[in-house]
Amino acid sequence: MSSNGNSSMVTINLDGKEVDVPAGINIIEAAAIHGTEVPHYCYHPQLSVAGNCRMCLVEMGTPMRDRGTGEAILDKDGVQKIGWIPKPVIGCGTNVSPGMHVKTNSSMVTGSQEGIMEFLLVNHPLDCPICDQAGECRLQEFATDYGRGYSRYVERKNVKPKRTKLGPRVTLDDERCILCSRCIRFCQEVVDDDVLGFVDRGSFSTLTCFPGKELSNNYSLNTVDLCPVGALTSSDFRFKMRVWFLKESPSICTESSAGSNILVSSREGEIYRITPRRNDSVNDSWMTDSGRELYKQVKSDDRIITPSIDGESSTLADAISSASELLKDKKLAIVGSCRSTVEEQYLLTKLARNFKGKKFLRGHFGDDDGILLASDRTPNLRGALATGFSAKYPSDQLSDLSRALSKGQFDTLLVMGEDILDSGVTRDDLKGIKVVYLGTHRNETSALANVLIPTLTSFEKTGSFINRTFRLQSFKQAVPGPAGLLPDLHILASLINSLSEEVKQSADLAQIWKQLSKSATSIFHKLSFSSIPSEGFQLDGKKWSELDFVEKKALHFLPANQLQEA
Amino acid sequence: MIKKNTPQERRIILKHADDPKYSNKIGCYLKNNGYSMLKKAFKMKPEEIGEEVLKSGVRGRGGAGFPAGMKWKFLDRKSGKPIYLICNADESEPGTFKDRQIMHKDPHQLIEGMMIAAYAIGAKQAFIYIRAEFFKGAHILEEAIAEAKEKNFCGDKILGSSYSCDLVVHRGAGAYICGEETGLIESLEGKRPNPRIKPPYFPAVLGLYQCPTIVNNVETLCNVKHVLEIGGEEFAKIGKPNNTGTRIWCVSGQVQKPGYYEFECGALTLGEMIYDVCGGLLPGRTLKAVIPGGSSSKILRADERFSGKLKDGSDFDWGIEDIPLDFDGPASVGSMSGSGGIIIMDDTVDMVEAMANINAFYAHESCGQCTPCREGSLWMKKITKRMCEGDARHEDADLLLSVANQIEGRTICAFGEAAAWPTQSFIAKFRNEFEEKAKNGKNKPSLQLI
Repeated sequence: MSSNGNSSMVTINLDGKEVDVPAGINIIEAAAIHGTEVPHYCYHPQLSVAGNCRMCLVEMGTPMRDRGTGEAILDKDGVQKIGWIPKPVIGCGTNVSPGMHVKTNSSMVTGSQEGIMEFLLVNHPLDCPICDQAGECRLQEFATDYGRGYSRYVERKNVKPKRTKLGPRVTLDDERCILCSRCIRFCQEVVDDDVLGFVDRGSFSTLTCFPGKELSNNYSLNTVDLCPVGALTSSDFRFKMRVWFLKESPSICTESSAGSNILVSSREGEIYRITPRRNDSVNDSWMTDSGRELYKQVKSDDRIITPSIDGESSTLADAISSASELLKDKKLAIVGSCRSTVEEQYLLTKLARNFKGKKFLRGHFGDDDGILLASDRTPNLRGALATGFSAKYPSDQLSDLSRALSKGQFDTLLVMGEDILDSGVTRDDLKGIKVVYLGTHRNETSALANVLIPTLTSFEKTGSFINRTFRLQSFKQAVPGPAGLLPDLHILASLINSLSEEVKQSADLAQIWKQLSKSATSIFHKLSFSSIPSEGFQLDGKKWSELDFVEKKALHFLPANQLQEA
Repeated sequence: MIKKNTPQERRIILKHADDPKYSNKIGCYLKNNGYSMLKKAFKMKPEEIGEEVLKSGVRGRGGAGFPAGMKWKFLDRKSGKPIYLICNADESEPGTFKDRQIMHKDPHQLIEGMMIAAYAIGAKQAFIYIRAEFFKGAHILEEAIAEAKEKNFCGDKILGSSYSCDLVVHRGAGAYICGEETGLIESLEGKRPNPRIKPPYFPAVLGLYQCPTIVNNVETLCNVKHVLEIGGEEFAKIGKPNNTGTRIWCVSGQVQKPGYYEFECGALTLGEMIYDVCGGLLPGRTLKAVIPGGSSSKILRADERFSGKLKDGSDFDWGIEDIPLDFDGPASVGSMSGSGGIIIMDDTVDMVEAMANINAFYAHESCGQCTPCREGSLWMKKITKRMCEGDARHEDADLLLSVANQIEGRTICAFGEAAAWPTQSFIAKFRNEFEEKAKNGKNKPSLQLI
């Protein structure tokens, strides 16, 4: 009955079975480890315990001890008696202790669950047919699993505000709200933007913004994900698509070096929304609102979908061969991007070596919000360092390149999706310079390109990024790219291969990773693409600890120089 | 039925309350030997006072009846955090009006009791949390505190000692739930009075501002002064074992002389209270039911027989008039003495309407934090309201009982029980009246279930 040898584990009795669980966790988590669901609404592993929904009620008892002597009280068989608490206890607010007995399916528990489900639905509008949450609604799920299946309620339902705009991105239906307070706790505890609260009391309690405030922080849409019912909905996604039609592809947010894990939801090749994917080492269960908007770039008007040579549309094959002609035996400068994947940066490094091009890297920087929007606004700056594309920390200005261009050191430029004209390079610098541009969207640089080769967004290709904590994270294609286009890796491999018959660079990820991981000094040593776990792989970034990274203290991140202080 | 010897009140707390020559000013209090117990307390060690209170066996007068000395023992003194004392003056239980008398008529008694208690537990800051509706009481208390501060009975360096304790009055905003101690603490912190989950938020460990806190009722804190006056052991001789001291009973409803009466615990029975002390029922009426401890306690039917075993092992077989008025008496017949609010109902009362009245109160006062109480209390109100409006259905009694059962024992605080017990007991004891309503009503059929 006591805890076993490992002091961080305790043994509890879960529905009659002795199981080992980590000490200090609550009953919901302990049961989940052993595959038993304790239904809950208000509990969230990354928020404080509120204990208000009462859905997670379980029956609990602890080994009996004599109050005076502290000795175990035994039954006639010599087994320690269990002192069952006569009332059900909340699984979220009750932590496991050695020898604790828990029943998750006794008649007391199922009776409680039926009762709570009925109460939650008596004033609920039951408007599932027009509710966006339908299909991923905890009320629907638990009503089916734990409810009675019928209602005894014949009174009038409460009337509350509908379609309230809480902020620019979140719409609230108070009648659907079950007052679990997850959204309130999220705003207080994670974002430190205390704008939500309840007014009125009892069954008339209503979620609202405080007077003069609105839910407009850059994490407001997480309240929509947290909402277990259809009360908080995304104004963007509202009424767009039934969730059961959506295909969910795991991916990585490219907004900043935070590298939030995300799910891309699409149907028939079109993305409808982006939601966070839980990763307790990276983004917990959150992501920025701005990161969720990124899917809009896929179908945006300025997307490059046709290859062109000197302004004339061409086939992709023609564009690649004219590009390779342009690049061969020239004074070549290559502008790499921190937005390219690890594999692309590796091939670009190889291309630079083979074509004897000089490498330049451009960074993008902004303010750090201390949570999941890092000052480094690119997903893979560390990839450029790790693949050897750049040894020094990039700036958002390409002044070296500008200087070299004005001195006539280069006559040809290969640009990977960066607008060099907004980073210190002038139109004068580019006079007489041939430009090959690989990118997804139009900008001033692409407009000047002699050869324009469209590439794919991160939603349309497969690859990996290294985030601000040197965590290697892979992502898979979520939707197909525009017709006729190839992944960047194919284009880069074709360019490399065009130089000589002897070089055979594969565009295949597995092959590229074989090359990447070959060297014993590489931080990728012994890794392969398929072996990157879904939660990412922590790389050793010590080699670059001297560099002055811009990231500030943030969620699951401390700058290296502050680690020791902390 | 009427006994020859009318039981005599023994007024300890309300000793001076109704003396026309007595005022709530400090001069009058001092003339009556006021604050002498505070002086005595300062000659004792704090833990000695706690020991006396424990010995006295004085139980909380707010409703739950938990021994005050025991409550003080739970105080977490190791944390090093400041300790707070709060007087719960949020007297809101329907049928209860005793604390109001104390605060209006003898505020210094409360202040003296609080200062002794504060010294005993080592609090440097004490609060009187008074319900919003007691604006006059708050005013009186504030004046009394100012007088006491002027005479150095509270505030800085009390009575020239090194001990300081400030005392302030905090007014609620009008919510019954603020009488629940953790709800009160939340409200005092300036938040919605949503009661906290226990564990971990036991006030004695994680109370006000997450510091160890003692919350005691007005009458309980006044008793501390009297415990000190006669000593814990002597105090324990007043009343009955485990039911020590006096209690102020608030009798309301259809009796000749409703009002507040202070008796030694167990000194009289419910029957004596109704017929001797309160002058009996109104002419021509018969007793129908009694709610013995405020509206949340379970109702007792006049013609019931109660039998069973008392805590001391002796058998009892009582009619409603025989129930002794102390803590354990009403508890042994399945109800409770609660806050001492005895509500008498005679044969003119329609039990469904009475139920609707109580349900409306609890639906209005539920804080809305946790599901069963929030939804259940309003649902029960809607059902009983509909029944009173002539739309009763024969299944309503069972439905009410089922809803109440779904609330009881599943909520964050004891409000769930407070809301469920009346319904459970009304249905158990007056089911016939609920069913009668259905016969006379339009008896709308229930929805066809598919």
